[in-house]
Amino acid sequence: MRYLPHTDEEIRDMLQVVGAADLDGLFASIPRNCRRSGDMDLPEAMSEWDLNRHMNHLAAATAATPEYRIFMGAGSYDHFIPAATTYLMGRSEFSTAYTPYQPEISQGTLQAIYEYQTFITRLLGLDVANASMYDGASALAEALLMAIRITKRRKVAVSTAVHPLYRKVAATYLSPAEFDIVEIPYGSDGRTDLGGLGNPADFAAVAVQSPNFFGCIEDLQALGQAIHGDPKTLMVTCFSEPLAYGLLKSPGSCGADIACGEGQSFGIPRSFGGPGLGIFAARRQFVRSMPGRLVGQTVDKDGKRGFVLTLATREQHIRRERATSNICSNQGLCLTNAIIYLASLGGSGIRALARLNHDKAEYLKAALKKAGVAVPFESPTFNEFVVQFPPGFADTHARLLAKKIVAGLPLGAYYKELADHYLLCATETCTAEDLDRLVKEVTS
Amino acid sequence: MNEPAGTTGLVFNEPLLWEKGAPGRCGVSLPQRDVPASPLDSALTGDAPDFPDLSEIDVIRHFTRLSQWNFGVDSGMYPLGSCTMKYNPKTNERQAALAGFCGAHPLMPESLAQGVLKIMFELQQYLAEITGMHAVTLQPAAGSQGELTGMMLFAAYHRSQGAPRKKIIIPDSAHGTNPASAALCGFKPVAVKSDENGLLSPQAVKAVMDTDTAGIMITNPNTLGLFEEHIRQVADIVHAKGGLVYGDGANMNAIMGIVDMAQTGFDAMHLNLHKTFSTPHGGGGPGSGPVCVTRALEPFLPVPRVLEAGGRYTLSDDFPQSIGKLHAFYGNFGILIRAYSYIRSMGAANLKKASQLAVLNANYIKERLKGTYHLAYDRPCMHECVFSDKYQEAHHVTTLDIAKRLMEYGFHPPTIYFPLVVHGAIMIEPTETECRQDIDRFIEAMQAIAREAEESPELLHAAPRIPKVRRLDETLAARKPCLAG
Amino acid sequence: MKELSELKFADDVRYAEDHEWAKLEGDTVTVGISDYAQDQLGDIVFVELPQVGDSFAKGDEFGTVESVKAVSELYMPVGGEIVAINEALEDSPESVNNAPYTDGWMIKVNPSNPADYDSLMDREAYLEKLKGQEE
Repeated sequence: MRYLPHTDEEIRDMLQVVGAADLDGLFASIPRNCRRSGDMDLPEAMSEWDLNRHMNHLAAATAATPEYRIFMGAGSYDHFIPAATTYLMGRSEFSTAYTPYQPEISQGTLQAIYEYQTFITRLLGLDVANASMYDGASALAEALLMAIRITKRRKVAVSTAVHPLYRKVAATYLSPAEFDIVEIPYGSDGRTDLGGLGNPADFAAVAVQSPNFFGCIEDLQALGQAIHGDPKTLMVTCFSEPLAYGLLKSPGSCGADIACGEGQSFGIPRSFGGPGLGIFAARRQFVRSMPGRLVGQTVDKDGKRGFVLTLATREQHIRRERATSNICSNQGLCLTNAIIYLASLGGSGIRALARLNHDKAEYLKAALKKAGVAVPFESPTFNEFVVQFPPGFADTHARLLAKKIVAGLPLGAYYKELADHYLLCATETCTAEDLDRLVKEVTS
Repeated sequence: MNEPAGTTGLVFNEPLLWEKGAPGRCGVSLPQRDVPASPLDSALTGDAPDFPDLSEIDVIRHFTRLSQWNFGVDSGMYPLGSCTMKYNPKTNERQAALAGFCGAHPLMPESLAQGVLKIMFELQQYLAEITGMHAVTLQPAAGSQGELTGMMLFAAYHRSQGAPRKKIIIPDSAHGTNPASAALCGFKPVAVKSDENGLLSPQAVKAVMDTDTAGIMITNPNTLGLFEEHIRQVADIVHAKGGLVYGDGANMNAIMGIVDMAQTGFDAMHLNLHKTFSTPHGGGGPGSGPVCVTRALEPFLPVPRVLEAGGRYTLSDDFPQSIGKLHAFYGNFGILIRAYSYIRSMGAANLKKASQLAVLNANYIKERLKGTYHLAYDRPCMHECVFSDKYQEAHHVTTLDIAKRLMEYGFHPPTIYFPLVVHGAIMIEPTETECRQDIDRFIEAMQAIAREAEESPELLHAAPRIPKVRRLDETLAARKPCLAG
Repeated sequence: MKELSELKFADDVRYAEDHEWAKLEGDTVTVGISDYAQDQLGDIVFVELPQVGDSFAKGDEFGTVESVKAVSELYMPVGGEIVAINEALEDSPESVNNAPYTDGWMIKVNPSNPADYDSLMDREAYLEKLKGQEE
C-alpha cells in the first residue's frame, strides 16, 4: 500500500526495539472482551485507476451544472469560480497544515485569516469577524446562543422568512437547554412583519435574514429601529447569499449587532451542501462573548509584524464547560478559499458581480411576469424570487428534469401555505438564452 | 547525524492585501452582461465594500508567498499528538473535485442525486463496520459537533425514558470540547481523576455515577495514548444506573480492525474523518465528525437520513424521535468523499495495518526517547506517547523552548501542554505514514535538543530563528486586540 | 515565577484563601489580588468585573482574571454591595501585574457583615499559608 512506507525488515527491527514479538503483540493491553472477533467486512482495496473509474461512475450518477441548468439557490449558489482560485486552493501548504497553534510556522494561514476577518468586517459593516463557523445554519444558532449569554434572557424571536433549514438547526441547538424560539410571520410582500412582535425587551435577540429565504431584501434599517425599541435586545441578521452585500447596505450600517450566515457563494463549490463557510461578525463590545477562533496582529521578538490566535480564553480548550462555544475545528480552508476569491474580485468586481446577479434575476422575473406567471411578493429581490405556477405545475417540473432543467425549488414542503410556489434563482452563470429557454419551457 | 531538514531559504515579505493593488485593477473576468441593467431602490443600496482592487497575478503571488510561510504535512513530519496528522492522499482530492460531486446542489430531486446518496449510504455502512456500531449519521461538521450530537442523543434518550438527567461524567484527561459540548446540552460536567497508571478507575466512576447522571464521555485510547483497560467495567457501572457511554473517537487511528467499539460498551461515538480517515486539516478545518450509535439510540439520529431500497437511495425526515438537524444540509459532503475514497483505497487489511504501524511508530519513539525525556506513564502506548520537560527543568528549559527549537530541525512540534494532567506535556503522535528514517531523524533531533538544553540552553530560549517570524508577543495581541485592518 | 522572598506582601491589607486582598478604609473594603497571585497567573490581559450595584456573598465569584492561556475566577473576600470598580483596568490590565496593591485594585465593596473582614488572614498568616503550599 503506497501510504504505508514500512518494509518487513523495518517492522522486524522496530518491533525488536519495542520488545514485541509481532504487530499483534503491541496490543497486549487491550482486554480480550474488547477485541473484534473477525476481520472487518469492507470492499477489497482498489487501485487508483480502478477507484477513478468507480468514482467517475458515481459522479456521473449525479446531476450537476453545467450539464444541468439548475435554477435553484436556497442556500447553495452557482457562481463562477476562476481558475486562479482553484489553483491556489491546491497549495498543500494551506490544506495539509493544522490549526495555527505554532504561529512562527503558520504565518500563511494566520495572515490569510486576518485578511479574511478584515474583508468580512468591511463587507458586513461590523467591527470583528471570527475565523468561521461550520455553516450558515450553525452560525445563526451560535448567534442566538451568544445573544442569550449577553442579555441573560431565555427567549429569541426568529422570522419565518429565515431559511427553514437554518431555523431547524437553530431549534435543535436551543432545545436541550430549553430556550424558547418565537416565530415572527412574513407579510404579503414577502418581508418580515414585526407587527406582532410585542415588547422587544422580552427577547434576547430578534433574527431576520436579508435577502430572506424568498429572495426579498428586508428593510433592515426599519427592522433595526423596531428591534432596538429595547436597546439591550440584539439584532441578528443572517444571510445565505452574502454576495448581495456587494450592492446592498451592510447589516452593520442598519443596526445589526451580529451578522452571520453562509459564505459558500465566495468561490466555494456547492459539493452537495458542504463544506461551506459559516460567516460570523459582531460589534466590538461583544467580542468576548463571541464563539470561534480569532486572529490578531502583534509583533515578534524583533519587532516584526506577525499574527497569532488570540482571545483564546473564550474557547473550549481553556474555559471548558464555560466556553462561549464547543467549536474547535472550523472551516479554515473554506475561509482561505473565500479570501482568495474576494481578493480576486476586489471592491469593483464584487459590485459589478452583485449588479449582474440582480439584473439577471430581474430579467427572468420580468420575462416570467410578461408570460403570465404570478410573482406574489412585491418586495425588491436580489438573485432569487418566488413565483406561483398554476396548480399541477409539479408535472411540468418533473418533465423538465428529463430535459436537464431544474425549474426552481418547490416551497410547499417548507411552507404549507405556499403550494405551487417555487423559488427561482438566476446568477451570473445563467445566460439570457438559458433564461429565455426556462421561460418558454415553464409556460408551454 | 545527517544535516537537519530545517534550513534557511528565500521566502518573501508580503504586505496585507489592502496594502497593495490599485483602484481599477481586476482579478476576475465576469461573464458577459447580456441583460439590461435594472434599477434597485437606492434606499436599500450602499457603497461597494472597501476591498482593494488587485490583478490576477497580484493575488497569485500574494497567496503563493503566504503559503510558503506555512508548515504542512506535505512539508515534513507533523507529530501533533491527538491530531493524527497523517499523509493526505492526493487521489482523494481528485475524487472530491469531480464535476458531478462539487457541482451537486443539495436540494436536487433524489432521482438526480443517486451518486452522492450512494456514497453517503455506503460510507455509513463502512463506518458502522469499522467501529462495530449499528447506525451512523454523517451530518456533524467536526468532532466537537459530533460530541454535541452525542450529548443531544443522550438527552433525547433519557427524555424518552421519562427521566431527564442533569449531569455527565468526564475524566480530567479529556479534551476541552467534551465539557463544552456537554454544557451546551445543559449537562453539568462531573470530573473524575485518572488513576496512578493514567487510566480511568472503575471505583472513581462508581463513586459519582447516580441516577441523575446521563452517562460518561470517554476518549479511548485516552489522551495519554493509553487504552482504557477497565472500559468494560466502567461501562457496566454506568449502564447499571441507566446511564449511557459516549466515546470520543479522536484516537481511533490506533485500533481500526482491532477493537469492537460496541463491545467496549460505547452507546454512541464520533469519528474524526480529518484524523483517522486521512482528509486534510486545512489549517483548522473543514473536518467531519460522523456519529455512530447502537440500535437503542438510532431513532434519535439527526434527519434527514439516507435510506436504501432496491438500489434506490432516498432522504427521509420521517423519524419522529429525531433530535433534529445540526447542519443546513448533510454535513461536509466534500470531506465524506475523501474519506470514502481513502477507505476504498485501503480496504480492511490496510486499515488494520495502518493502526498497527501507527502504534509501532509511537512505541518505537517512546522506547528510544524515554531516557532522554521524562515519560509520564511508562506503559505500552497506543498511537501516541506523552513526555514532559521534567528532566530539562533544571536547565531552565521548558516544553515551549523544546517545541520552538524542534522547528529549526525541520519538524513540526508535538502537541504541548496537553493533556493538562501532565505538567509540561509533550504529546507525540507520529502516525503510520512516517517512515523509519524520518522517525529516526526526529528522535535524533529530540536527543540533540536535550543535549543542547544542558550545554547551551540559550539556543533553545532564542528559538526559533529561521522561520519567517520569531516568537510572537501573544500578551500584546490579547491586551490590545487588533482583529481587523 | 518568583521566589516568595522576591514578592511583596502589603501589611495594611488582609488576605483571603483564594489570594485576594482586602483593605478596610472607612466604610468600604477595596479588593484586589496578591503579588503572589499575579505572579502565578503571568501577564494579565483582561479583568472581567461586576457592575456597580451588584451584591455578592463572601466567597461568591465576582469576576475573572485572564492571562493569555488561563482564566481564573475571583472570589469575594467579604460579602456586600459593589460600590466602585476599577475602570482603568479595561485599558491597562497590566496594572494588576505591576502594582497589585495600588493601581491594580479591582472593586470597592460596602460590606454587609464586618465579621467577614475580621476572619481574613493578616500578612504573617498568609505568608505561612504560602510557605505551607511550597513544601
